Amino acid sequence: MVRLITHNLLACHAKNCTSNNFPLQFKDIEIELREAEFNPDFIRGFLPKLEWKALIDAAKQLGDTSLPSEQPEMIDDEFLKNLHHVLLEIHIEEGAMICPNCQHVYPISNGIPNMLLAEHEIG
Amino acid sequence: MSRPELIAPPEIYYGDVEATKYTNNTRIQQIQADMTYRALELLNLPPDEPAFLLDIGCGSGLSGEILDEEGYTWVGVDVAPSMLEVALEREVEGDLFLQDIGQGFGFRPGSFDGAISISVLQWLLNAETSHPTSSPPHRLTRFFTTLHSALRNPSRAILQFYPTSDDQIQLITSIAQKAGFGGGVVVDYPNSKKARKVFLCLFVGGGGSQVPKGLDGEEVEAGEDQAKFESRREKSGKRGKDGKRKSIKDRDWILRKKELYRQRGKESIPRDSKYTGRKRKTVF
Ligand SMILES: C[S@@+](CC[C@H](N)C(=O)[O-])C[C@H]1O[C@@H](n2cnc3c(N)ncnc32)[C@H](O)[C@@H]1O
Ligand SMILES: [Zn+2]
Repeated sequence: MVRLITHNLLACHAKNCTSNNFPLQFKDIEIELREAEFNPDFIRGFLPKLEWKALIDAAKQLGDTSLPSEQPEMIDDEFLKNLHHVLLEIHIEEGAMICPNCQHVYPISNGIPNMLLAEHEIG
Repeated sequence: MSRPELIAPPEIYYGDVEATKYTNNTRIQQIQADMTYRALELLNLPPDEPAFLLDIGCGSGLSGEILDEEGYTWVGVDVAPSMLEVALEREVEGDLFLQDIGQGFGFRPGSFDGAISISVLQWLLNAETSHPTSSPPHRLTRFFTTLHSALRNPSRAILQFYPTSDDQIQLITSIAQKAGFGGGVVVDYPNSKKARKVFLCLFVGGGGSQVPKGLDGEEVEAGEDQAKFESRREKSGKRGKDGKRKSIKDRDWILRKKELYRQRGKESIPRDSKYTGRKRKTVF
């Protein structure tokens, strides 16, 4: 059950992979939409944590273009609802995430990304 | 109690059979639930504010389920696929990751408003292999350093675990401290063999907070180093408010949630009973 809310926080953690290691690139993704309870306060509070461009790109890749390319100054309900949908209701079920720097592949199966590193990748 | 962490590596010990047995054991459910509530209390989040939490070693979601009930959004990591599978079956709400915490996290700085870990850390004290990168101190260092950076400033991480000796507590607290954490160890019911529980309470920033008191009046069990670790903060005055989070979700909320689960076709929802939504016994 990886969603864009966590994808947006996730960088590669392989040994010596410390720059250009975010965002992980999706590959061969299958998604599932599932409704989640809308909590505007939570979404508003989360805004400062987001890397906006990475989020927009990822959402686009998953077929959602409801968000503006710049984070808006005026936060209205419609925006929060769209953001809620993008962050919490799109579940990535299968596929992989690939580090743009070291190319490590984090496979996703049954909604669960495998973050385990091989021995030589452990920092 | 036998020590599972001495028997086999976690992902093997918690295989399909044990994962199910563990999760369905009502006594375990109760104990894990009580400790999760206590951890949330020690986490001392601002009341009635949403928060984004990390559940370290989330297993089959016994702790995560309570985070759901409490209305938190969370991410869970665990190294045992079978435990995560049970968590999926139970339809917990958190995003789950297959991850060895001894390898560290890749979360961006400031990602989480807090972290809990229930009955996990003792596993890191046992090396699975003889490879140098998996010596316990190395794994603990990697774990605490990357956890510290994944937490926002200020915030806390509360980790309940089962140490076998004071030396283990020393080792863990000193590595946590080197990783940048403040805090210390809280021991609940120190004089009861059965009820005694050890919580590592770690602070990011927020130098004013004091290590909370253990239950039963007796305060902190401090070894020498640890005493140093704590006296530093005793001086710094300002007391962490024991703000109790009052928003234990009400019956309505739970019923709604159960209804939602039923609609999604989740089968094992307990029937609504007179206990539904009753406040669990609080520990303070
Ligand atoms: C006693 S269970 C607790 C699970 C859950 N927190 C609860 O309260 O029910 C311990 C869990 O720690 C996990 N664990 C042990 N070592 C780990 C590691 N190195 N990385 C991630 N998880 C680990 C095990 O797989 C297991 O699910
Ligand atoms: Zn990488």
